[in-house]
Amino acid sequence: MSLNYEQAVEKYEPTLGLEVHVELNTKSKMFCGCATEFGAQPNTQTCPVCLGLPGSLPVVNKKAIESTILIGLALNCTIAPYSRFARKNYFYPDMPKNFQTSQYDEPICVNGYLDVEIETDDGSKSFRVEIERVHMEEDTGKSLHVGGSTGRIHGADYSLLDYNRAGIPLVEIVTRIIPNTGKYAPQVARAYVASLRDILRGLKVSDVKMEQGSLRCDVNLSLSEINSGKLGTRSETKNVNSLRSVERAVNGEFIRQANRLTSGERIIQETRHFLEESGQTRPGRSKEQAEDYRYFPEPDLVPVIPDNKWIEELRKTLPEKPSDRRKRLQQAWSVPDKEMSAIVNAELLDTVEETVLLGADPTKARSWWLGEISRIANDRSVFPTELISVKDVYQIITLISQGELTDKLARQVVEGVIAGEGSPADVITKRGLKVVSDDSQLMKAIEDAIAAAPETADRVRGGNIPAAGALIGSVMKATGGKADAAKVRELLLKHLGQ
Amino acid sequence: MSAISRDEVANLARLARISMSDAELDHLATEMDVILGAVARVQEVAGKDVPPTSHPLEVSNVVREDQVVPSLTPSEALSGAPASHEQRFKVPQILGEE
Repeated sequence: MSLNYEQAVEKYEPTLGLEVHVELNTKSKMFCGCATEFGAQPNTQTCPVCLGLPGSLPVVNKKAIESTILIGLALNCTIAPYSRFARKNYFYPDMPKNFQTSQYDEPICVNGYLDVEIETDDGSKSFRVEIERVHMEEDTGKSLHVGGSTGRIHGADYSLLDYNRAGIPLVEIVTRIIPNTGKYAPQVARAYVASLRDILRGLKVSDVKMEQGSLRCDVNLSLSEINSGKLGTRSETKNVNSLRSVERAVNGEFIRQANRLTSGERIIQETRHFLEESGQTRPGRSKEQAEDYRYFPEPDLVPVIPDNKWIEELRKTLPEKPSDRRKRLQQAWSVPDKEMSAIVNAELLDTVEETVLLGADPTKARSWWLGEISRIANDRSVFPTELISVKDVYQIITLISQGELTDKLARQVVEGVIAGEGSPADVITKRGLKVVSDDSQLMKAIEDAIAAAPETADRVRGGNIPAAGALIGSVMKATGGKADAAKVRELLLKHLGQ
Repeated sequence: MSAISRDEVANLARLARISMSDAELDHLATEMDVILGAVARVQEVAGKDVPPTSHPLEVSNVVREDQVVPSLTPSEALSGAPASHEQRFKVPQILGEE
């Protein structure tokens, strides 16, 4: 019988470590002036430096160093007074130089931490994730494996290389072992990557688009029997590229290793790949023969020695911490915890804030972005702001608060704007969606409704206020839903002497 | 005792993907040992107060501004490639079947 997750966590405790690679959003590459556009035609962004042609010399991108220092500061790291680049030597065609310029024993940032919060059975709980190091390196080229039976690298007939990505600045953020996560290891891993992504986004140092690979996570996991005090053999699941996948990868690896151990098999120290469809992992390269990268200091680059003045200038530019910002906005908007989490999880915090900053009511801004608009966006698998702009939503909310639109009409305006019928004003004109606010027009509809149901009207006159509902309904129907129901109610009750 | 063994030289050759005959390995092991011996003498001269150096010049923080400069055209980039296909560098099979 195989163990499920609940059974696995009863027997084993996890040792978790995470390595996150983040592509910086500099305009040019790490060591040369080639552009870094995503999705450019193959090999249109290369030069002698990033192709590793003889005689070319790298020069470090200043902004890349500054971005890395900012990341270090945001993660409470010490910025090393002396830092160097090193060559990581290996033979693989994704790097035409036959080495990757990286950092080895002298990384630029060390000893930081990030606190993350998750929901546990005993309420929300904070975990401290210690950061061992943050270092600079360069991304590799993209390979396409052609032929063979599986479309994978194994047994392919040949491979095609595009070096546009080779040399794009990459920052690697490595945690220490995250202790005592127990059964919450998957959630802690996810919360860590999510918090990290929020911080990086706030720093504006990366696009942090996991689906495009500008943020990827390697999950290191080993298991040991509870209270055995022994460390197990770890596996490293590479390039997990969504928050959900990070959580699933830890979960899947936990179950796989637990089952192997239970049946007396050993865990092989190896690199594994995450499979989106099944949530499981499959083996990649075996690391049993320890890799020998023969690191040595990069002779073509000089040391990076950031002085205090430079570091302090950068520190001054640090934005508000995402967790602080969240608390501040939650208070300002008076939003309950649960709804604030919903905004954050939907990644709509920036959008709602922008809408509020334009002058919209926070509650309305939240309910439109998370309600109707998110619903349509989910149906079409796009992000809400790809459908409609913050400005348009602000205008629609303003029109509602001015009584020019009802919620029902506003939904039609949103629909029209999304359908490309123009601005909210255009849609209102084209579809004739203006609220009937002309009292005389409304009064006519009210009198018609009373005439059609005199007994109901009498009941209202007699003090049965709820009976007015039916009359209001017929007025709304007569005006094609374009009347403001509250206003109709007010006029109707007044007319019937209530 | 020699500073580098024949086995270590063989391992380096393997890592560097250089195929070597037994005679070449014997020869190189001896030769590299002499070179390392010479380096070791420099190490003796350098006191504890002399930090190891990776660069002959006392310079640091040489950086460039984050500005894009024109790249090579794809045909220029691929001009030295032994083979190319669909504007990409074409390389032989990397790994065989599992």
